[in-house]
Amino acid sequence: MIGQSVVLAEGEVPFPPSVEDFFLPAIYPWGEHNSYWITKFTVLVWLGVALTIVFFLVTYRNPKLVPTKGQWIAESIYGFVRNNIAVDMIGHRGVAFAPYLTTLFVFIFVNNLWQIIPFVQISPMAHIAFPAILAIISYVMFIWVGIRHHGFAKFFKHSLMPPAPWFMQPLLIPIELFSTFIARPVSLALRLFANLFAGHIILLVFTLGGFVLLNADSFFLKPISVLSWAVSIAITFLEALVIVLQAYIFTVLSASYVQGALADEH
Amino acid sequence: MYAILAAEGGTEHNPIIPLWQEIVIGSIAFAILCFMLMKYVFPRMEQTFQARVDAIEGGIKRAEAAQAEANQLLEQYRAQLAEARTDAAKIRDDARADAEGIRQDVLAKAREESDRIIAAGKEQLAAERSTIVRELRTEVGTIAVDLAGRIVGESLADEARRKGTVERFLADLESVGAGNGSANGSAVRAS
Repeated sequence: MIGQSVVLAEGEVPFPPSVEDFFLPAIYPWGEHNSYWITKFTVLVWLGVALTIVFFLVTYRNPKLVPTKGQWIAESIYGFVRNNIAVDMIGHRGVAFAPYLTTLFVFIFVNNLWQIIPFVQISPMAHIAFPAILAIISYVMFIWVGIRHHGFAKFFKHSLMPPAPWFMQPLLIPIELFSTFIARPVSLALRLFANLFAGHIILLVFTLGGFVLLNADSFFLKPISVLSWAVSIAITFLEALVIVLQAYIFTVLSASYVQGALADEH
Repeated sequence: MYAILAAEGGTEHNPIIPLWQEIVIGSIAFAILCFMLMKYVFPRMEQTFQARVDAIEGGIKRAEAAQAEANQLLEQYRAQLAEARTDAAKIRDDARADAEGIRQDVLAKAREESDRIIAAGKEQLAAERSTIVRELRTEVGTIAVDLAGRIVGESLADEARRKGTVERFLADLESVGAGNGSANGSAVRAS
């Protein structure tokens, strides 16, 4: 982590950055390349979860009608997802989904946040495993909710057969099947993963690029490294926007899928 | 790159093939987060929200109830007041009527009483008068007889005079046959 960047600064800068920059050696056993149980990513996930739980338990250990600052922040997070996502998208039934959606939002947000935390600067969400889990949970959930609400046959008919003339159905059913039952989870997972992956790559490009420019043989290229680092700082601010946005989008889409599954009309 | 990785003992990674270890860890971590938040945090937040709503709506409801009760009491008091006023007027009228009746009664009784007293007085007066007249008549007779006897007894000597007196008396008596009272009176005066 910290050591790595120092090493990068001193020695040969591996440039351009590659996929392998996302697969760091394990922390335990230290430096092991094919061990994935205790790595920077898993440690960050555990840490993120632990901090989130501690934050909510501490701020909400003694709730009052007139909230303290911490309680207000915790309530605002839940209230935001509950009222502005769950209830807005799903309606009054959305309150039942608010806890899941909020947990989803918080989990993604906290794990995304590592992307811009100094000295960490990589998000576990840049590994597709984590977005994939969340996408699968949302996917299973909206199907389950739909089946429970409509019944098995009616739900699939409802999902696969849009109200259109019968002769259009042979064309529409495969499209609906693909968009609802294949594209949805894949796009959910890929969108989040790709944003965080690309964000980290861009940060690497400009940060490492700065070192490359600094080590360049041409004297005139060296000052440009400062510009490169300035851009990487600017990109970090952009990433701050991206991590909130991606957490929000993932949550909103999950809510929208649930809403679609519960909807009585197309 | 491949050469370096191979030298370090690493393998080439595909970024869209998930690592199963991370799937396991991610699932557990997310499950723990879900459990903790859904069990200990969000239900209490819902309770707090509900309590807040109750506090606000309850306040409004209580105020409305108090207002309604106050209005009802006001109406009740007004009704009672009106009733009391009507009652008072009625009582006053009754009392006035009663007083008038009593006054008439008393007046009638008093008149009756006075009439009775006057009648009794008149009667008594008449009775006493007749008694006195009767007594006087008897007494006058006796006195007249007595006087007559005395005159007769004493004046035998003086016959001449006596003769004139008796005669005059008898003449008087004869005239008394015409007027009784004046005859008596003149007889008394004569003695």
